[in-house]
Order: sequence, then structure tokens, then C-alpha cells
Amino acid sequence: MRHILSALVQNVPGVLAHISGMLASRGYNIHSLAVGETDDPQISRMTFVVVGDNTVLEQIRKQLEKVVTVVRVHNISSQDHVDRDLMLLKVSAAAGGQRSEVRELVDIFRARIVDVGPDDVMIEISGRENKLNAFMDRLRPYGILEVVRTGCIAMVRSRSLDSKFTTDDASTD
Amino acid sequence: MSVESTKGSPLLTGADLLVQSLIDHGTEILFAYPGGASMPLHQALTRYADQLRTVLPRHEQGGGFAAQGYARSTGRPGVCMATSGPGATNLVTAIADAKLDSIPLVAITGQVKTPVIGTDAFQETPIIEVCRGITKHHYLITDVGDVSRVMREAFHIATTGRPGPVLVDVPKDVQEATWDAADDGLMDLPGYQIEDRRAPDEQIKQVVAAIKLAKRPMLYCGGGIIASGASDLLRQLVDKTGIPVTMTVMGLGAFPHHHPLSLDMLGMHGSVYANRAVRDSDLLIALGVRFDDRVTGKLAEFARHAKIIHIDIDPSELNKNKPAHIPIVSDVKFALNELTRLVEPKTDIEDWVRCCQQSKAEHPFGYDEQFDGILQQHAIAELSKLTNDRKTIVSVGVGQHQMWTAQFFAFNHPRRFLCSSGLGTMGFGLPAAMGAQAAHPDALVVDIDGDGSFQMNVQELATCFCEDLPVKVMLLNNQHLGMVVQWEDRFMAGNRAHTYLGPIHHPEASGQGAGQYASERYPDFVAIAKGYGCGAATVSKKSDLAGALEEMIQYKGPYLLDVEVPYQEHVLPMIPSGQTVDDIITE
Repeated sequence: MRHILSALVQNVPGVLAHISGMLASRGYNIHSLAVGETDDPQISRMTFVVVGDNTVLEQIRKQLEKVVTVVRVHNISSQDHVDRDLMLLKVSAAAGGQRSEVRELVDIFRARIVDVGPDDVMIEISGRENKLNAFMDRLRPYGILEVVRTGCIAMVRSRSLDSKFTTDDASTD
Repeated sequence: MSVESTKGSPLLTGADLLVQSLIDHGTEILFAYPGGASMPLHQALTRYADQLRTVLPRHEQGGGFAAQGYARSTGRPGVCMATSGPGATNLVTAIADAKLDSIPLVAITGQVKTPVIGTDAFQETPIIEVCRGITKHHYLITDVGDVSRVMREAFHIATTGRPGPVLVDVPKDVQEATWDAADDGLMDLPGYQIEDRRAPDEQIKQVVAAIKLAKRPMLYCGGGIIASGASDLLRQLVDKTGIPVTMTVMGLGAFPHHHPLSLDMLGMHGSVYANRAVRDSDLLIALGVRFDDRVTGKLAEFARHAKIIHIDIDPSELNKNKPAHIPIVSDVKFALNELTRLVEPKTDIEDWVRCCQQSKAEHPFGYDEQFDGILQQHAIAELSKLTNDRKTIVSVGVGQHQMWTAQFFAFNHPRRFLCSSGLGTMGFGLPAAMGAQAAHPDALVVDIDGDGSFQMNVQELATCFCEDLPVKVMLLNNQHLGMVVQWEDRFMAGNRAHTYLGPIHHPEASGQGAGQYASERYPDFVAIAKGYGCGAATVSKKSDLAGALEEMIQYKGPYLLDVEVPYQEHVLPMIPSGQTVDDIITE
């Protein structure tokens, strides 16, 4: 099972090393980890994608909460949520036929070309992990030169929305 | 201190602020070994010498374990200090040990000056990086204005919730910089909320109901009882309900050995009766324990028929190793208080209790009492008998002598048995005894040690002598690493693999020794102890033992009694690793 955990942590030196070290030393498998400041400069947010059963998830959550600089941990994936990855790719696409095919894929996936070189283009795309994976698969035949991903970030939806009307929407964007 | 801040209060150096803070937190004694990067701290310690005793160990690890001995025997935080680099890394084992046994410890290290941190400067190690995984928390102070706050947080974190070690790394320039002495340095710990660790009413009621229904209940008690100061409450609960008690190594002393409902220690070298009672129980009430593998053996079979109630202050211990039917996050003392108040007396478990007590009578811890020489178990039982009417604190190293002490020394009070239980650190005994003696000048403090463990911190005899700490060492000298020898004998066809402690050309080194005793004894422990200024004697004959022990107890200063014991004696009973009570070896 894939789970998304989100932790608010004190923005102090060493907190990332502390948490990643703790997870590694206890043998937990972290799929991705994204870190950034929040609106409060004292507090950062870390988003983890972890793989494991519920027992493993419970232990990871408790071990995270035990770290003194961790303020709060949420299990995002247990609630209705939006999750996104940001990816930059460089794809070989010389001017001419290939480049327009790539542009077509970019349009279909609602990605953006952000830089154009003589023989390649740089593309920006955000969305759910599986959409990004699908996009990468479609581009593979053209020759992917480089990929950078941020890892998943996620946020729980407002409770006022009925989840019935929102679950599909998340996968289409 | 003529310089003043803008507010009119005096300016103090970081080192003075830190030492002042130790005093404010009730520190009476610290164990500190100086070096280049901690000199300002030591200079400050001399300025506060009338309020704070500084003991100089002979190795930083000894200082770390002495601080633990202080903490384990008093319940108050132990404090140790070392310089940067090698001084700091020498503390690492003592810090890891405190983490696994949940001992409140504040470890302070000097660090190279902030401008050269990260340049591989002389005696620089990134000690915070080294210790992240083995501390409860850690600080590198980079601003003298943070000293008071960090020290306040360090003591708070070390002593509250599940206690543990906190490391504070202080660069030399921070020690030398000045700051306003009146600055309060309030704590800022948004992520450390331990005030709500109290079992809610409904959970206590669930426990009460479970106890009411149980026909074969057992209490499984650990170090958490001692850490939370709940021994008296445990006694009250047992008096009210009549439920039998077993203890982990960390829990020994939480419930009196002489109580008829005590089933003593459980686990790998625990009693037959405790392990069988756990196997047969239908309700296991686990208090301040962590279902360690040395206790449970094969997890799936452990207390297989029992409903499990697990109460612990650390939520991450619940369902970690063994799923609990009723997991409760709570300070054990609070939970026991509520439980004792609400629980109804049990009147329907007489048969069960009789069965447990009969088992206890049938399978006591035993040894060959007819043996011609001195067996380790006999020496420990004899010491226990000779000291049971006085306040005696016992520390141990790690190995056979440690388990025999757990089995044969009668612990009737908490905080009297100091034992590196989780990490299993050889060399723990002597320095831990030293720290306990510093905290309890009037108590008899005995390190029951093995010749392997003892040599790992033998240099602390110098501290005992020079600092007037009259620690006694009862050295069970079998010339071998006895516990490893036992495993070699049991599981590796007796092949000796570097477990003989004498010269390598001796026949014992290859397992060719004749008889029960090593043919020659090495080193001369009596000469070593005397060289350090301690009293010392050897005893080999059983008939001389009581007199020799009496002489040791009466001696004014530190004393070593070298007891010649055989090396083919095994710690029994034994449940082999990963197996169950039904696989227990009793001979």
C-alpha cells in the first residue's frame, strides 16, 4: 500500500538529516520526500510517500511523532486529498517532425515547454504520480535526456465538498 | 564579572551560563574529562565548585556510565562532559546505552570553534551527526544567547515522557562569548507534547473489566515502573487483586523479590515458573515494557492464549513487536493509580495463584550446592545474604555474572540494580557503581563483575581511589568470556573462538583445558587493584568466601575481591534465542 504522510517540523538545522536518518535506520522504505517552508518561516512541511502495510504505516507515524522537532503528522492519504508532483524533462526533439509530435503530447498532457534548444526541449509538467509516469512513457521513444522530480506534495480537501463529486476530478488534471 | 549588560544585569560567559544552568536543574555531581575544546567549561566548573562536585573519570566512557549510575540509582538526570573529537566519541557507547534503557542523561561535549566547524579541524568530529540515532534529542549551540534555553530544554526532554539521553554540543567560542545573565531562555518545543500521556477513563475501565473476567492473569513489569516511580502502586495493585508478578531485567526491584506473588524474572534466563505462567496466562498486563526479544523468544508463541493489555508512555512501543488487545498510551504511574482505585479485589484466581506458587516451589533457580569450590551463583547468593539488612546497590557488567546476579541476588527495592540491559555493554559495572556511590555516600555499592567486563573499564579504579568512592568489586574470575563460552558449548560444539582471556599458548585458548579451572590465572587483579591504591584479596576456597566478603564489605576504601570460579558453569534455565518456554533448557 502507498501512503502519503505530511509532517510539520520545526525549521531548525539538521531536522531533515534527523528524520531521514531515523527512517533509514529503522529500515522503512521511503518512496519520495519533499520539503519546503510553510507560511510560517519557523515551520517547514515534509511530505513522505511510504510503501507498507498499516502496521508499518502506524510505526512510521509514531516514530516521526517521537522526533522532538516534529510538531505534527497527518496521514493525508486516509482522507480525501489532492496530491501533485512537479517534473522537468529534457527530451531530444530536433526541429521538424519529432518536435511537433512532442508538442502534441505536451498539449494532450497539459504540460508546458519551458526551454527550447537546437536538438531538445525542456518540458514542465505537474500532476499525480501516475500521470507523470504515463507522460514519461509516451516520451521515451523520442529519447529522454534528463528528468528531475520534486516528489509528491499533498493537501487535504476542504470538508465542505462532497467526496463523491471530487474523486474523479483529481485524476483528470 | 564586572561587565554589565544594557539592562544592568551582569554578563556571563557561555560556560558560566551552562554551569549555572546545571546547578539550577539540581545537578550536584557531574563526571567530566577535560580537553582543549572544553577548557572554558572546566574553568567555569572551578568557579562553582562549592555548589557542584566535578568528578574526573579516567576515560570518558567511564564518565558516561558513572553519570548513568547516578541517574539509575537516584532517578535524577545524570550529567557527563567531554571535550570535542575523541572525548565526544568516547561518550558514544554510554549515550547509546542510556537510549536503550531509557535513562535520563545530559551529555555535554566541547566542540571546535564555530568558524572552523566543517573544516576537519584538530579534534573535530560531527558528534551530533554521529549521535542522532542514539539520543532522544541533541543540540549544537551556535549562539551564546541559546545556552539557557537549550539547557532548559535538554533537562526537560531527558527527564520527561520516556526518559533518555540528550546531547548538547558547545563550540569553544560559544563557551567564551558573553551574554546577559538575566535572560530567561524560555523553552520552545512545539513538537514535544507529553503532558497528555494519561490513560483516559474508558480505557482504565476496559482494563478493570478484563481483570474481572480473567481466570489466569499475570503482571509483566519493566523499567517503566521504576522510571515513573510506581513501585508502591504496583505493590498496592497486587495486594488488592492478588495477581502474580514477573519482571524484566530492567524491572527487577520494582516488586519485592521476597513477596509470595513475585515470580521473579522472565525471559531467556528467567525462571521456569515465570515463563510458564506467562505461557499459561489468559490475561497479560504489560506495564512499562517493550516486548524485547530476550523476553519474548518466539513472538507468535509468547503469551499465545492471553489477552494483552499494554500500557506505556511511548506510543511507538504499542503494537511494535506484539499487537496488544488493549494498547494504552499512559504514564504507568498515572494508570496504576487509577487502576488500583477502580479495580475490584479478585477472589476467583486462587487455583491459578496456587499453581504459580507450586511451580515456583518445584523449579527454583538452582546450582550445585555440593560443589567443592566457589560457584558464581553461590558467591552472589552469599553476598545477597550478607547484605540484605543494609542499603546495597549492585551494578554488573555483561554476561553470565550479570544474569546470575539477576537470578540470585534478592532485589527488594527499585533503583538498587544497575544493569546495562538493552545495549548489553561490557565494562558498565565499575563506572556505574562509581556514579551510584557518589550519589549515595552511605550505601554499600558493589560491582559484581566478570573478568572480561571488568577489564573494559578497569582504569576507573583510579577514580574510585582518588575521589574517595569506596566501591567494592566482587570479581567472578573464570578467565573466559563465560556467556560466549556457554553458547560455544551449547550451539558450536565447544569450539573456543577467542573466548579465553589468558595467553594464547595456553591450552584453554583452544578449548584443551583440563578440569574446571584455568590452569594459570592472568592478569594479577590483586596487584592491579593494589597498584591503584585499593584494597584487594583473592579467594578460592568455599569455606573462606563469607569471611572474604565480610572483609570486603568492612573495608573503608575501594576494594576488589578476586573470586576464583570455574569456567564450565552455564546460566540456566535458558530459552534459546527465538524459541519458546517449551524449549527451555534446565540442565
